[in-house]
Amino acid sequence: MVQLRLPLNSRLQKGKTYISSSKGQNMKTFHIYRYDPDSEENPRLDSYELNLDECGAMVLDALIKIKNEVDTTLTFRRSCREGICGSCAMNIDGTNTLACIKPIAECKGDIKITPLPHLYVIKDLVPDLSFAYAQYASIQPWLQSDETPPPNKERLQSKEEREKIDGLWECILCFCCTTSCPSYWWNGDKYLGPATLLQSYRWIADSRDEAAGERLDNLEDPFKLYRCHTIMNCTNTCPKGLNPAKAIGSIKTKMIERIG
Amino acid sequence: MKYETPLHEAQSLGSAKTGVQHWMAQRVSAIALIPLGVWFIAFFTIFLTAPFEAAEQWLSSEWSVAFAILLTLCLFYHGYLGMRTIWEDYVPHESSRWSLIIATKLLCALMAIVAVVSILQVFLS
Repeated sequence: MVQLRLPLNSRLQKGKTYISSSKGQNMKTFHIYRYDPDSEENPRLDSYELNLDECGAMVLDALIKIKNEVDTTLTFRRSCREGICGSCAMNIDGTNTLACIKPIAECKGDIKITPLPHLYVIKDLVPDLSFAYAQYASIQPWLQSDETPPPNKERLQSKEEREKIDGLWECILCFCCTTSCPSYWWNGDKYLGPATLLQSYRWIADSRDEAAGERLDNLEDPFKLYRCHTIMNCTNTCPKGLNPAKAIGSIKTKMIERIG
Repeated sequence: MKYETPLHEAQSLGSAKTGVQHWMAQRVSAIALIPLGVWFIAFFTIFLTAPFEAAEQWLSSEWSVAFAILLTLCLFYHGYLGMRTIWEDYVPHESSRWSLIIATKLLCALMAIVAVVSILQVFLS
């Protein structure tokens, strides 16, 4: 049966506490998941006290401040700092989101930060997304067409056709949705997860793509697609405000449509 | 040592090309169970305090028997589909999962046959 508790060597322990030397009216404590693969130790939760008057507004600003000024060993991914690259996806106060667009002010009390759930942790807040990327690659996320495009011209779309991929193309593949899905936690080895399914629908809905039938063929599977039970965690957690549950629902509707 | 690429693992054995019928049947049987369930509960609450003969007489009507059989079949079919979904969700070990799915299917089929035969027995007596 499904393992309900973490393995012994994955269970969180209490970590170190770093008290800020700068004091003010606006102090905040960040409890951050730490795991060092080079040591034999269990992961721990370190606490860092920060003076928010000396820190930027977003959670990523706090993480960068901690790394620069308090503890240089803290490891996390970040790049664009404006919600476009998806690198800084992590679990902040119990919700998967992007640290760069999550305001510290939105979090009441202490802030707990852990890596995206139910993935192997490489180090600290860096999860191993290799398999999720491979699942994404498995849906062949590129335009497929047998027709040669007209020379020196784009493949045209009407406004109405283009509108069909709104709410889909904006996905930045941060995998906040996928790793918030209980079905993905239990069956992530087979279930493609909300991000990959949304991306798949992005191509099914694209009027320029001519492989919708093959794409649906490849998705029609009790595990790849039908592990989605409309739990809606994906939609609730998407930091870009997209609706992966609706995209998955649309794939299921297409499956029915083609039966006739 | 494992040299399998993540893509090879993700592609696995490909798609089973099934699932849509199960998904559709689960929803259709669920929708059918709403009116049938209301109908059954309404009569059941009446017969809780009524004598057995009243229930017997109710089951002597063709329509009542037809609805009762339909309810039984929908109930056990929906139960089987739901339990199968639960096994698929929570039992990762393949042979255990298939054993549970087959056992559930047989049990639901048996229970449905017993229920239908019982209803017909009352109807024909």
